[in-house]
Amino acid sequence: MRNWGGSVVHFNWRHTVYGYVQSCYTPLAQRCYSHGGKLESDEEFDARWVTYFNKADIDAWELRKGMNTLIGYDLVPEPKILEAALRACRRLDDLASAMRILEAVKDKSGPHKKIYPYLIQELRPTLDELGISTPEELGMD
Amino acid sequence: MLTSRALVRGLKSGFWRPLSSTSSVQAAHGKDMSPDVLDPSVPQYNNRLDTPLSDVPFVRNLNSEQRQLKEKEKGPWTKLTKEEKIALYRLTHELTYPEMRRGSSEWKTVLGGVFIFLGFSGMLVWWQRIFVFGEVPHTLSDEWVEKQTQRMIDMRINPIGGFAYHWDYVKKQWK
Repeated sequence: MRNWGGSVVHFNWRHTVYGYVQSCYTPLAQRCYSHGGKLESDEEFDARWVTYFNKADIDAWELRKGMNTLIGYDLVPEPKILEAALRACRRLDDLASAMRILEAVKDKSGPHKKIYPYLIQELRPTLDELGISTPEELGMD
Repeated sequence: MLTSRALVRGLKSGFWRPLSSTSSVQAAHGKDMSPDVLDPSVPQYNNRLDTPLSDVPFVRNLNSEQRQLKEKEKGPWTKLTKEEKIALYRLTHELTYPEMRRGSSEWKTVLGGVFIFLGFSGMLVWWQRIFVFGEVPHTLSDEWVEKQTQRMIDMRINPIGGFAYHWDYVKKQWK
């Protein structure tokens, strides 16, 4: 299926820990390279972004730029990307941005209400470890 | 932009809340003590759904309490209370996503205003009908129209597809 931006969108069916198939809508952000370059796969995309946020001395601008760009894509980021982003917030001592990221991905899921709870479920260990409260826990929704 | 500021202050505050933080909201929070927030050539704060992390935090001039909180933020976040977390969020961001998405009741004001003006125009038209326009011509009176219709029937106006066609000359009535 193609969206209007020209990138190909797939639905990935993933199994959660409970064993039933959860539809996790993480489309491939494949850029249709007109020069005939190889299309990036799911994993490569994820890995690229995880590496970006995992940079040890990431600065605030890079975090903002990364996050704003990521939200600009026609997809909901994978939990591992978000985890890297949240850890980057921790390195930058920025709780507000961490919470903002959670809000942004919830908003990004749009009408697909199952995505956000899945993400929070996957991120729960990280959230607890870093002490990030979700906006729902703080009553900000 | 300055005139719109005045306009916003003049109108009822609840209805005219802009989505981006301009004018009245800035004034309310006093975050722009310096005039540089009006300057579009420096980074500005904005509430945008597609830009979760804005270039600058919402509150830039921290008082001592807020500075202390920021210091505490450098430690483990598990030690922060809920209120502190909310306060930290509000320091950096003006509106949450649900608040950004919240609609306003402005449409009711607009619709009401439209109806009021339509009604007022209707009033004017009615007044005009009563006090300005004179009598209708006498040729529109019932009596005249009756005679006119009879004459048209006698003259057999449009006997094929029109007027006199619909008159039954035998039964002397309309078909």
